[in-house]
Amino acid sequence: MTDVIELTVNGRTHQLDIAPDTPLLYVLRNDLELNGAKFGCGLAQCGACTVLVDGKPVRSCAYPVDAVQGRAVTTIEGLGTIENPHPVQKAFIEEQAAQCGYCINGMVMTAAALLKRNPHPDDIAIRQALAGNLCRCGTHARILRAVGRAAREMAR
Amino acid sequence: MREFDLGRAVPRTEDFPLLRGRGRYTDDIALPRQAHLYVLRSPHASARMRAIDLGAATAAPGVVAILTGKDAERDGLGTFSSAVQRKRPDGTANFVPPYRVLALDRVRHVGEPVAAVIAETLSAAKDAAELLDVDWEILPSVTDTAAASLPGTAAVWDDVPDNICFIHRVGDKAAVDAAFARARHVVAQRFRISRVAANPMEGRTALGVYDERDGRYTLYAGLQGVHRTRVELASSIFRLPTSRFRVVSPDVGGGFGMKGSAFPELALVLWAARRIGRPVKWTAERSESFIADHHARDNVSDVALALDEHGMFLALRVETVANLGAFLATMGVHVATNNLGGLAGTYTTPYLHATVTGVFSNTSATCPYRGAGRPEASYCIERIIDIAARDIGFDPVELRRRNMIPAEAMPYKTGLVFTYDSGEFEKTLDMALELADWTGVAARRAEARRRGKLYGAGLASVIEIAGGPADFPLEEAIEIRFDPTGHATVLAGTHSHGQGHETMYRQFAGHLLGLAPERVRILYGDTDAVFHGRGTFGSRSASVGGAAFVVAARKIIDKGKIIAGHLLEASALDIEFADGRFSVAGTDRTVDLAEVAVASFIPQRVPRGLELGLDARAVVTPPGPTFPNGCHVCEVEIDPETGVVKIVRYTVVDDVGRVVNPLLLKGQIHGGIAQGAGQALCEALIYDHASGQLLTGSFMDYCMPRADDLPSFAVGSNEVPAKTNPLGIKGAGEAGTVGALPAVLNAVNDALGPLGIRHFDMPATPERLWRAIRDAEAKKMPLSQ
Ligand code: FES
Ligand code: FES
Repeated sequence: MTDVIELTVNGRTHQLDIAPDTPLLYVLRNDLELNGAKFGCGLAQCGACTVLVDGKPVRSCAYPVDAVQGRAVTTIEGLGTIENPHPVQKAFIEEQAAQCGYCINGMVMTAAALLKRNPHPDDIAIRQALAGNLCRCGTHARILRAVGRAAREMAR
Repeated sequence: MREFDLGRAVPRTEDFPLLRGRGRYTDDIALPRQAHLYVLRSPHASARMRAIDLGAATAAPGVVAILTGKDAERDGLGTFSSAVQRKRPDGTANFVPPYRVLALDRVRHVGEPVAAVIAETLSAAKDAAELLDVDWEILPSVTDTAAASLPGTAAVWDDVPDNICFIHRVGDKAAVDAAFARARHVVAQRFRISRVAANPMEGRTALGVYDERDGRYTLYAGLQGVHRTRVELASSIFRLPTSRFRVVSPDVGGGFGMKGSAFPELALVLWAARRIGRPVKWTAERSESFIADHHARDNVSDVALALDEHGMFLALRVETVANLGAFLATMGVHVATNNLGGLAGTYTTPYLHATVTGVFSNTSATCPYRGAGRPEASYCIERIIDIAARDIGFDPVELRRRNMIPAEAMPYKTGLVFTYDSGEFEKTLDMALELADWTGVAARRAEARRRGKLYGAGLASVIEIAGGPADFPLEEAIEIRFDPTGHATVLAGTHSHGQGHETMYRQFAGHLLGLAPERVRILYGDTDAVFHGRGTFGSRSASVGGAAFVVAARKIIDKGKIIAGHLLEASALDIEFADGRFSVAGTDRTVDLAEVAVASFIPQRVPRGLELGLDARAVVTPPGPTFPNGCHVCEVEIDPETGVVKIVRYTVVDDVGRVVNPLLLKGQIHGGIAQGAGQALCEALIYDHASGQLLTGSFMDYCMPRADDLPSFAVGSNEVPAKTNPLGIKGAGEAGTVGALPAVLNAVNDALGPLGIRHFDMPATPERLWRAIRDAEAKKMPLSQ
């Protein structure tokens, strides 16, 4: 059973003929060729697939596409531009937080949402926000530092 | 000084695309007309397949093909090989199970591939797989390591009724026995090293293509080395020349040893692609990763240390039962038997003997995982030292110090297999104690106690082999190719999956050839482009890749001198090379490498008869392995009411030889510690021994270390260059894990010591700790109560 679903991703509107319960992640990756969000578990347990819906982080692997109709989806591809990356992206580079890079989408998107909600998070707030995002390369310490740095940057 | 030189803290050149979501991992590749493959897996630990009824599944919507073990046999597909051979007690070679791409008529662990369903979409393939009807006859199974070879246990393989794959012995048994006989103290303990999952965040993925025009197969997959996988698929499975295969491994979301294994799915996508004439893709779901990835560790070791009255170590005896799983992973036997030398640690123990019994069980095969036998060895020696110190009444630091190999004794032939080329263990120990403020432990302990917490401090002085194996280090290949615009491409046989090799090789290019980073492109992970390689594992890439880089660079410089001599109208013998420039000795006439490279393609600008172009390749085998080492200090607090343990301080001073890039190094150390601490504190794959089912099959049941579990680390370096490679590099990938496993558990055990607990095995989960504390307190209660 498919339906015509209209969704707006990174400011562009698409109409897709698709089963309404298809997870948003699959639509992004398979139909819109936006590969920034990653498949890590498919069960909302790792955070690798995080995207923003109306500015809030959601696990796109467990989020049906019809639930985002009429709402604004932002993926990491739409977070910043080449010339003007988002402060979180910049901070991740400055703190050298990425290793294999696979978890990084989820970390960046979750952090960007946090900073929007709470521009001055303390260490505990940052830890809490990222507690559900797994990183097997073990770069947690640098990720936390990067988010702190981004917060300071954005406050300036 | 050049920006991209050896030792500089240059930021990674690979980060920008990764941060913008522009990485290119296997699952990001979508080919026109690709079909999707789903693997039906065994739900049983041990069973006979009486029949598979494809019935309704073949007609299900979207299904393109269904393949079974019988089809594989009909098509002549072979079985995976095991890279290392050992012997049975009777001297015969170990049994190598027929490791097929799909089970034929018997399954031997939960998750074993039974059939492959290929369909237009993944959901169509999954739906069809549900219609497959297998007639199972369930058989008894064994999953428990310690029980696998006990009499009366179900045999995994009829060929091996006792489940003993091999018994491997190393060391001087007679001398060890004699030392134990005269020892003043003998301290013994059984240690269990839990089974863990590598769990890279990018699960295994494979995309297979068959091109009938030239009869060639192309595999895209997340791997740690493309050449090994190509040979294994070509020779063991398809029995075709390797030239018929191209293996490409683009960005890889973590490997940690596990992606060095050959797996059935790699062959399945290629085979299916040929059968249906379309590209075929498979992406592991996380539940599949848990049951069907190769697992790691899982052994039981009886360890005994003999000491004299002064606390000098006289001998170490280790008897290990290593769980190999139902099949042998490519490097499964290697893990269990090739890194035993680490048992000697940083100590002068003259005699050691180890016996490893490798057993089959109805579990997924075990393979290398960050450390691959090294953390297990360091755990045995470092834990038993702490137990000895407590039993006999020595200070654990002092006991280590008096047995430590002095720096002046290098090179040092240990009592077991390894000869260390370099290392300053005592200095490294002192640096770590100082950085950790070890003298402040007593005050921190008292303060924690006032808050009602159990406080523990533990250390581990560890050493591991890198760039091995010990007796026959493996080679690595580097090719440097200049193009007509004077830019270079470096083609490496190693593979980066998070380590930052692109940055590292650019630093080598800066150091050895004076090239600016933007003039250098790095390429790896494609067998059609890179002529040879071993891949990345065993902390080898910087040292062995670096050794190959040195030789390739020298060849470039040698040929460059001939061209430079021609351009500068001097004899090549008078040309010197430094900082990227050729100059005529004693003059100011110079030409830079890029100009020489441009000239090398212009016939009029090179000596007549000289081959055009500027490129060189080198395959280099280092004369010996390296021995990264270090000292880890961990401090923990345990809440006795809840059993929750927290690492409150963690310090490490590492000697990884010459440091290539302190930023990359610290990243590797952090990651290694996270994985060691993860296993120490919470990770464990657990099978239900009665049913053979895996009980920990998702991130809900399998605890992964999170940001909250890890403190910030203090990392220091004692740089003692290796003697076995030209750049003096030792390696860093596994060091963190090798130290963290014993250091964390020594700290936990130190905290539990006052309760009368002599040894507490990993993992130190709240539930297990709470029980141990409660039991210990119950024992301490006066009898009258
Ligand atoms: S892939 Fe969505 S949370 Fe793991
Ligand atoms: S950087 Fe590899 S999983 Fe986080």
